[in-house]
Amino acid sequence: MARFVTRRLVGMVVVLFAISVLVFLIFNVIPGGDPGKRICGKNCNNALLTQINKDWGFNDSLPVQYVTMMKKVFTGELVSYSSQLNVDQQIKKGIPITFSLCIGAAVIWMAFAIVFGYLSAVKAGGFTDRALTILALVGISMPVFFLGAILLLYLTSKIQLFPTAGYVSLTSDPVQWAYHLFLPWITLAVLFVGFYSRVLRSNMLDVMNEDYVRTARAKGLSERQVRIHHVLRNSMIPVITLFGLDFGAVIGGGAIITESIFSLNGVGQYAADAITNVDLPPIMGVTLFGAFFIVFFNALVDITYAWLDPRIRLGTEAR
Amino acid sequence: MSEQLLSVRDLRVRFTTEDGIVHAVDGVSFDLAAGEVLAIVGESGSGKSVTAQTIMGLTRSPNARIEGSVAYRGRELLTADDEELMRVRGEEIAMIFQDPMTSLNPVYKVGDQIGEAIQAHRHESDHKAREQTIELLAAVGIPDPSKRVDNYPHEYSGGMRQRAMIAMGLALEPTVLIADEPSTALDVTIQAQILRLLEQLNRDRDLAVIIITHDLGVVAEIADRVLVMYGGRIIESGSLEQIFYDPQHPYTWGLLGSLARPDRPRTMRLSQITGQPPSLLAPPAGCHFRPRCPHAFDRCTRVPPLETRVGENHADRCWLSVEQKKTLRVVKTGEIGLEAPAA
Repeated sequence: MARFVTRRLVGMVVVLFAISVLVFLIFNVIPGGDPGKRICGKNCNNALLTQINKDWGFNDSLPVQYVTMMKKVFTGELVSYSSQLNVDQQIKKGIPITFSLCIGAAVIWMAFAIVFGYLSAVKAGGFTDRALTILALVGISMPVFFLGAILLLYLTSKIQLFPTAGYVSLTSDPVQWAYHLFLPWITLAVLFVGFYSRVLRSNMLDVMNEDYVRTARAKGLSERQVRIHHVLRNSMIPVITLFGLDFGAVIGGGAIITESIFSLNGVGQYAADAITNVDLPPIMGVTLFGAFFIVFFNALVDITYAWLDPRIRLGTEAR
Repeated sequence: MSEQLLSVRDLRVRFTTEDGIVHAVDGVSFDLAAGEVLAIVGESGSGKSVTAQTIMGLTRSPNARIEGSVAYRGRELLTADDEELMRVRGEEIAMIFQDPMTSLNPVYKVGDQIGEAIQAHRHESDHKAREQTIELLAAVGIPDPSKRVDNYPHEYSGGMRQRAMIAMGLALEPTVLIADEPSTALDVTIQAQILRLLEQLNRDRDLAVIIITHDLGVVAEIADRVLVMYGGRIIESGSLEQIFYDPQHPYTWGLLGSLARPDRPRTMRLSQITGQPPSLLAPPAGCHFRPRCPHAFDRCTRVPPLETRVGENHADRCWLSVEQKKTLRVVKTGEIGLEAPAA
């Protein structure tokens, strides 16, 4: 186990390093990215520009600039080029909002996906299955920005059922917190509900044909016991993998559009603003933040996997 | 005469598939008495597994048409509702399967899977179920059962897994154990051990066993009575001695002739049955064995009835007269069938 964890940790560091280099390089080759000119602003003159370039170290070679930036990342001194605000603090401010959004949406999407996938598989070919299939396809095909806009239009302005925007912190008022986040949760979850229920359905149909399911029936378990204990449990293994990856990705940037639509000032919104301003430090900060979560959940998935499937846990080959 | 446990009458199972209707089982009837070992022999696709699984209600599905009757102690199982079927499964009739590698759920401990069967039928505490499980594992010859009970299936060898499957089958003390090719996936020495175990259970617990196999060696070792199936039908049935020493159906001759025997010269070629088993999508009209039978004649285009022709309880489906069979069987010794019994 210790070896496994070490290996994952080393892997994480390598991935994060590679990502930081890539972001840095991409930023430096895109047109209009010259940070000196951007800071200098509209009334720029040569003297000012030279001064800025010198102060911020934009004249240094790229490797030196990279090292300087990474130093700032690790000391928490990274400062935005455009707003001069500390990146760490800005991300920290956004974290509760982003986490509220993502965790809530994840709970919704897993719960609905399991229920829908299970029903679909059990009633395979029947009316329920077909209806859920159509629903899932609609959910998968619906772009987040469109769904979000539609929900906003109909449920906040035409029928004033939900608040239009804003965030109330969980600690100050849990009910308002959930109320304000309800539409964003739905918007973010719909795609995943559709996708996951399809995956679970097909896994379950595969597992139902396994010999051990027949064994379970032959020993006189009820159909329900067979389905939940033997079919569902074994079908969840691939779904858990997907979930780990997707949840990491959603926290690390997948919620950007949802946050923008619903004006939630989370990490995603911060990233969106930074991208509009071609502002390297926040982009770097947010990207590393996101990448960290993706890699972290990846590792978590592997551990969960071992818990779900003893053949992996013990490191012996299957069968 | 011991009690009749299971009575199967004119069982027909058809599956609707994309390619058409598969006539998997076509009018199978047999009885099973308490303490008896019945072997159902046949090649792949002869309907032997479907027959066995249908007894347990395991072939029920929207695309299956099941007709006839399966009665366990007078109770009809084909029309039984799910709850009644659940009670019969495991408690009255247990089943073990061909491939012990895939028949146990890889994510649960072996002991939990056996305990699950106990707790599904009886309200036992976890502790009690575990103790019973350990006893069962010991009874089927798992070494160090109190430790092995906590192992996962992949930590067991193939033979041990089949033993665990048998332990699971025995958990609720059924009267009938259906063993669907229990030794096919195992190597020869383990095969023998598993058969010996089944034999011992049959003797000690008076457990009736239906053993499904394509291996006549297995049959010779364990069976009291034999059903030979071909193309979804029983083509010959009789006692072990009758089938081995006085086989009536040319297909049975072929099966016996293809056995390697230590009393024959090693250089002798084993005989084989030419051709392919019939497609159950479009089985040949009349006798299903006709296209492959060296002795087929015009009458064989009609289905021969399963009739008693030679001895008591020895029935076969062949139009040949008893005298014809005797000559053909002896003359063709080298090619098909086997010599007359060394009386």
